[in-house]
Amino acid sequence: MLDIKIFTWSTPAIIALALLLAIARSSRNPALFPVRIFVIAYIDIMRGVPVILWIYLIGFGVPGVGLERPFNSPLLWGSVALVLTYGAYIAEVFRAGIDSVHESQRAASRSLGLSNTQTMRFVILPQAIRRVVPPLMNDLVSLQKDVALVSLIGPIEILRQAGIDKAKFANFTPYVAAAIIFLLITIPLTRTTDYLLARERRRTSATRVR
Amino acid sequence: MKLELRQVTKSFGSRNVLSGLDLQVHAGEVVSFIGSSGSGKTTLLRCVNLLEPIDDGAVLLDGDEISKIGRDPNPIRRRIGIVFQSFNLFPHMSVQRNITLALTQVLGKPADEAHQIAKSLLNRFGLVEKIDSYPDQLSGGQQQRVAIVRALAMNPEVLLLDEITSALDPELVGEVLDVVRELKGSGITMLIATHEMNFAQEISDRVCFLDGGRVAEQGHPKQLFSSPNDERTRQFLRRVNF
Repeated sequence: MLDIKIFTWSTPAIIALALLLAIARSSRNPALFPVRIFVIAYIDIMRGVPVILWIYLIGFGVPGVGLERPFNSPLLWGSVALVLTYGAYIAEVFRAGIDSVHESQRAASRSLGLSNTQTMRFVILPQAIRRVVPPLMNDLVSLQKDVALVSLIGPIEILRQAGIDKAKFANFTPYVAAAIIFLLITIPLTRTTDYLLARERRRTSATRVR
Repeated sequence: MKLELRQVTKSFGSRNVLSGLDLQVHAGEVVSFIGSSGSGKTTLLRCVNLLEPIDDGAVLLDGDEISKIGRDPNPIRRRIGIVFQSFNLFPHMSVQRNITLALTQVLGKPADEAHQIAKSLLNRFGLVEKIDSYPDQLSGGQQQRVAIVRALAMNPEVLLLDEITSALDPELVGEVLDVVRELKGSGITMLIATHEMNFAQEISDRVCFLDGGRVAEQGHPKQLFSSPNDERTRQFLRRVNF
C-alpha cells in the first residue's frame, strides 16, 4: 500500500522534473550555456550513483540535520531522493526523444516564424514524447521496484522515534566514498558516449538550425 | 530591390559553399537557380530566410539588412516562406493544423479565421477534401502541395522553393509544378532551386547558373538555355542533356 502511495505521488513529479531537465539540456540559446552545464552535471551525478545510496543519503541524511515533524520523515525524503534520481534517468530518455526528431522538422517550424520555445512545444516535444513511451514505461517499471527501497526505510523511522537515533549519528563517510567511486566510473563513461554520439550526428545529419 | 545578396560567403567546415555571391531580385520576379549538386542552391535559399547564418556579406530585404548578427529572425521569416525538398510537414498534425499552427501561434489569428484561410487555400489547390488527413496518408505530390499551402498561408512576400519536386515520383511532379505556375503572376517573389530545366525555362523571368559558390551566369531563360556565354554553363547543360 505504501509502495503504491509513494509511486503515485512520485511519478508526476519525476515526469515533470525530467521534462524540464531535458528541455533545458536541449536548448540552443547561447545564453543558457551555464544552465546546460548545470543540468549535465546534475544528471551525471544523480545517475552515476545507485538509487539506494541516494535514498540513504537523502532519506536519512536530510532528516538527520534535525528538522521538525513532519519534515523529518525518511519516507518523505526517500521519495524526494527517488524523484531526483529518476528525474535524471528519465530526462535522458526525453532527451533521446528530442534528439530523434529530425532537424528538418525544426527547420520547417522555424521557417514559419515560430520561436524556439514554440517549436519545442508544438513540433518537437509531441513527436519526441510519442517515441519515448516504450523506454519510459521501462523506467516506470524499475521505479516501481525501487519504491520498495523507500518503503523499507519507513520502519527505521519508527525506531528513531523510539529513541534509537542511529541514523542521526550514523557515520556517512562510507556512503559518500562509495558515491564518489561510482561517479568516477560513470561520468567518464557518459561523457565518452556523448562525444561519440555527437560525432556520429555531425557526420550523418544536416546542419543544425540556429 | 526586393531582395539583395551582397558578397555572401558561407562555408561548412573547410568547404566553401557560397563564396562572395551577389544577387539582386526585383519584387514579383521569378528567379530559378540551376547548377550541379553542391553548387550552393539550397544553401543560398536557406541563407535568405536565415536558417543558415552567413559567414560574411549581407542579405537585404527591401533594403533592410536582415542578416545582421543578433537580429530576431522570426519577424523576417514570416515574410519569407520556404518549401523544402522533403516536404517537412509535421507528421503528428492534421493537414489543417499544419497550416493553421503558425497562423494562430505566430500571427495570432483566431482559430476560425485560420481555419477559413486554410480551407480556402486548400480549395484553391484541390486539396480541401484532405483537410483532416495526416501527412502520412497523402501521396508525395499531395504532401508537397500542402507544404506549399502551409508556406502561402502566412502570406509571404518572398517564397523560396528548394528542389520541391526532387523527392517525387515523376508522375507527381506535374501537380506540384502546376501550383507554382498558378502562383506566378500573383505578385509573389519566387526563388526556385531546381533540377527541372524545362520548368525553369518555362516559369522563370531569370535563370541563374551557380558554380563555385557564385552566380556564374544569369540571364533570360531563353538566352541562357539556348546560347549560354559561360563555358561552365554549357558543360552543365550538356551534362543534364538539355
